[in-house]
Amino acid sequence: MENYAIEMLNITKNFSGNLANDNITLQVKKGEIHALLGENGAGKSTLMSILFGLYRADNGVIKKDGEIIDVKDPKDATRFKIGMVHQHFKLIENFSVIDNIILGAETTKYGFILKKESKEKVKALSEQYGLHVDLDAIVENITVGMQQRVEILKMLYRENDILIFDEPTAVLTPQEIEELLKIMKNLANSGKSIIFITHKINEILSVADRCSVLRKGKYIGTVNISETSKEELSEMMVGRKVNFVTEKKESSPTDVVLEVENLCVSSGRKGKNSVNDVSFKVRRGEIVCIAGIDGNGQSELVYSLTGLKKINSGNVLLNGVDLKRLSIDKRNKLGIAHIPEDRHKHGLVLDFSLGDNLVLKRFRENQFQKFGFIKKEEVKVYSDQLIEKFDVRSGEGAFSIVRSMSGGNQQKAIIARELDLNYELLIAVQPTRGLDVGAIEYIHKQIVEQRDAGKAVLLVSLELDEVMNLSDRILVMYEGEIVGEFNPKETTVNELGLYMAGSKKQTKEMK
Amino acid sequence: MAYFIQQTMVFCIPLMIVALAGVFAERSGIINIALEGIMVFGAFIGVLTLRLLLALRFGPEQGQLLLIIVIIVTIIMGGVFALLLAYASINLKADQTIGGTALNLLAPALVLFLVLMINQQNDLNIDSKYTAANLFMFFLEDFGLEAFKNDTSFLGVIVNVLFNKLYLTNLYAILIYVGLSIVLYKTKFGLRLRACGENPHAADSLGINVVKMRYIGTIISGCLASFGGFIYALTAAGCTSNGDVAGLGFLALAVMIFGNWKPVSIFLAALLFGALKCISVGYQYIDFLSFLTEWNISSHAYRVLPYFITLVVLAFTSKRSRAPKAEGIPYDKEARY
Repeated sequence: MENYAIEMLNITKNFSGNLANDNITLQVKKGEIHALLGENGAGKSTLMSILFGLYRADNGVIKKDGEIIDVKDPKDATRFKIGMVHQHFKLIENFSVIDNIILGAETTKYGFILKKESKEKVKALSEQYGLHVDLDAIVENITVGMQQRVEILKMLYRENDILIFDEPTAVLTPQEIEELLKIMKNLANSGKSIIFITHKINEILSVADRCSVLRKGKYIGTVNISETSKEELSEMMVGRKVNFVTEKKESSPTDVVLEVENLCVSSGRKGKNSVNDVSFKVRRGEIVCIAGIDGNGQSELVYSLTGLKKINSGNVLLNGVDLKRLSIDKRNKLGIAHIPEDRHKHGLVLDFSLGDNLVLKRFRENQFQKFGFIKKEEVKVYSDQLIEKFDVRSGEGAFSIVRSMSGGNQQKAIIARELDLNYELLIAVQPTRGLDVGAIEYIHKQIVEQRDAGKAVLLVSLELDEVMNLSDRILVMYEGEIVGEFNPKETTVNELGLYMAGSKKQTKEMK
Repeated sequence: MAYFIQQTMVFCIPLMIVALAGVFAERSGIINIALEGIMVFGAFIGVLTLRLLLALRFGPEQGQLLLIIVIIVTIIMGGVFALLLAYASINLKADQTIGGTALNLLAPALVLFLVLMINQQNDLNIDSKYTAANLFMFFLEDFGLEAFKNDTSFLGVIVNVLFNKLYLTNLYAILIYVGLSIVLYKTKFGLRLRACGENPHAADSLGINVVKMRYIGTIISGCLASFGGFIYALTAAGCTSNGDVAGLGFLALAVMIFGNWKPVSIFLAALLFGALKCISVGYQYIDFLSFLTEWNISSHAYRVLPYFITLVVLAFTSKRSRAPKAEGIPYDKEARY
């Protein structure tokens, strides 16, 4: 019998009739990096929440070093040396790095914190594992990468030996990802056991020892990474074969649809524009992609194009018409389709039915209203068509309340609504955010089809795989400016990464 | 000069201690707009306790012991009163501003009602045989320093400020203020309390009991505000309780915001507001401000001054100040953020 550092045996968790975990078994050896792979809603988060004491399993046991343990809350988890880096960091933004690390596990004398001793301990740890942090810096002033290192140090400071990383690479640049993977290997080599939750198969292949796959709450199997392939893993995850490379023809761009000249959008703070002097063109029949790390002005750029934010200076022309002073409604009528970044805030009315949401941009057309009254029958017929065409799944079809639908299907609903408009320019922001491989494949195919039908597409994405896969031209944004333009066939993810992090920049002439 | 400094302290001390009360609640994540109400309540409890103890003939001889007992009772009752806010905001997840406003309405009403019941008139005093001054006040003579009585040299002013007409409550308040400020920044408890006001989800994930910390923060807040109310009643209102503390609780809120929720800045802000308040009520008696009397402006204009300046100062500084991030938001374990 083999010795496992942590075992979760036959875990079952039922959320009011919905089996989130159905008899799942996960066994992690000491000193290994064990990947946990699965689509959204496959039950990864639930399983880890059970291990971390946020939920209790209905059935099954957790064993540590062969002994059964009972994890009732995060405090217990800490007691059993189980630590977790959450996807959304749990840091106190205006505390210093050192305060964040020691919080909850302070070394004290008469209730007073022994700062110096704590600092020395953390310093030793950070040197041992190559986790560079500035202990006195305030968390809100440091980079996301360093914040993540703070989270790792928090676990190490508590001497945890089971480390859970929940989608740790989602927020990092390619260079930071590489560094993180190296750190994870170091940690494993020093005897820590790591559970690595992700849906990025490339990362698993490059760092993990073994991988367990979940699908729809069920345990599919565990494989040795040395004996598997990308194709096998994705098939286990999705349940069918997946095409990673979207097949598309060479683009053949024609007339300019969108022309942006010297666009500036103010950030509301003095002396800083969130979009600064940006110029580019999007033509019919091409997909132009804006790449960059989150928060470098991409959102504001899109807001200013769609009318959610004011344009401070510069020109935006859609088929030659100046959009600057036009309302959102007028811009839509001129032919802008928008798949927004935040589907809850800007994409859907969550408490309306799916049908009403699907006609949200068209209900004033004569097809759907008479004397201002909505033709319910027409709405139903039309939305049923869209639901079928785009395979939007929900409990009660057109009558389902959108809030009750899964994130992936909400996203599909928006895509259905927007793509069915008779538009000129599609602005798609993170169209596959939070979706699984199968749905991503489908949406990518749709976008390419739109391009081939002669539409102009402006895509904003944080996922470099998506950028490389879909775009005909790539613009990299850094701190509100476009710092480079690339042909996806002639560049690499690593080169893009350097531009995204601001360490390289093309001059005006080079563009 | 000595008069000016002392009168400034009369307002500055309750202001800073009540502003610190605000800090303890808000740093734990609970907006305590009820400072005014708790002060009113504290003033009432303090005066009532003193009156009862004096009526029991416990008293005049053991002045300082009497004072300490009254303070302790006031502090405890303030904490109890603040439990109302804590329960409404933490357990019932009520809107904290509305809960606080309710307490602000409740306190003077309750106090006036009780005062009427006890005294058949609109204010509650102690037995007129005694005054706060002859019970608790220290004079130069008590320290054998009567030589400095009318000394206006630098040393003389200092001695007069420190040892003449001294209430020990001021010293207690300063000690508590310094002590609690250190607790807030240097201890495990302080770190955890502040964490709960910034990011309770993070604190919770590290095994910190957010509900408990918020209760403690609010109770400490009630204790301090109540103490501040009593200091005001004792030193500025001549040991009277009438359901009013002259808006000092709200002024303390302004001081807290102006001081950016930080003890040192709050002390400076309280000093500024205290000085203004002192000037507004007593400028006729301040030697170096005699020009104000000569201007012949209505004294009402000066009375408005501290409140007016509060408005102006807040209008300019509140943009830069940074409130605890999670204050006012009931903690919900399940909520995503």
